[in-house]
Amino acid sequence: MRLSADAWVFWQQGFAKLNATIAFTWVLMAVLVFGAWLITRRFTSEHRRSRWQNLVEIVVTGILQQIEQVGLREPRKYLGFLGTLFLFVAAANLFTIVPGYEPPTGSLSTTLALALCTFVAVPFYGLRDRGLRGYLKSYIEPTVLMLPFNIISEISRTLAMAVRLFGNMMSGAMIVAILLTITPFIFPIVMTALGLLTGMVQAYIFSILGAVYLAAATHSDTAQPAPTPGRDSAS
Amino acid sequence: MDSMTIIAVASIAIAGLTTGFGCMGPAFAEGRAVATALSSLAQQPDASATITRTLFVGLAMIESTAIYCFVISMILIFANPFWNHAIANLAGK
Repeated sequence: MRLSADAWVFWQQGFAKLNATIAFTWVLMAVLVFGAWLITRRFTSEHRRSRWQNLVEIVVTGILQQIEQVGLREPRKYLGFLGTLFLFVAAANLFTIVPGYEPPTGSLSTTLALALCTFVAVPFYGLRDRGLRGYLKSYIEPTVLMLPFNIISEISRTLAMAVRLFGNMMSGAMIVAILLTITPFIFPIVMTALGLLTGMVQAYIFSILGAVYLAAATHSDTAQPAPTPGRDSAS
Repeated sequence: MDSMTIIAVASIAIAGLTTGFGCMGPAFAEGRAVATALSSLAQQPDASATITRTLFVGLAMIESTAIYCFVISMILIFANPFWNHAIANLAGK
């Protein structure tokens, strides 16, 4: 039994290694990019539009709404980053219905890379919105005493995001694998269906947490209290 | 008992204990969170969108503690560093 898709190596030469995680990530990227190109090349603004265009519009406006509800005032600015996070994680988790596929999010390398993107994006957007002084001031917000705790929380929440997604996807695959050896027919299917739900919820959580952290970093004034659950909680 | 047996017994027993105790706290916490969210949903159905979103984020936060424990027991069973060390020592002899 493998702990993650990293151990499933297709090709190896010296240091370079092509494991299932990388291969499936490339397949996902190809499917997402090619699908997006295929749909968007026939966009119209007329009344009769294809059902694919409707689907894309529903997804994009839904993401925009969610971002705005978290408290980011200009959701279009963050749509590229947060929408990509959500779509990639959701696609990676939903593709588990394809036999022989192992979700790349079930490997700690992928989830840590995604979490590091958020870790970099927070100071990036924070600096762009509030300037250097304003952003650095957010680290000593209540008092100067909180400076080390703010820095620790910044690092630990990144780690928590990575391990949360990894643990959820890995545990789903592991439970299905264990159930396959005990009760081969019905229960693995039920658990796979449950895994699809968990995967969608985790994709939602991952992007919403990213949005919450961005909202906490980019708020230039505290006049408008935003619903930021667990802004500086460690896990 | 040689060192291999001790490592194996300790790892397996602790893996079970870790998941067992590690799931207990989050289970209580999730139950309380859902119960509170349900009662506030019953009181204010208008705020259901906010309550549900916050509940989901909070549940993910709570659940991640259980997931950490699960990851640690998986490491103990499938990728145990002490076990690998003992095997490397044995091979070196």
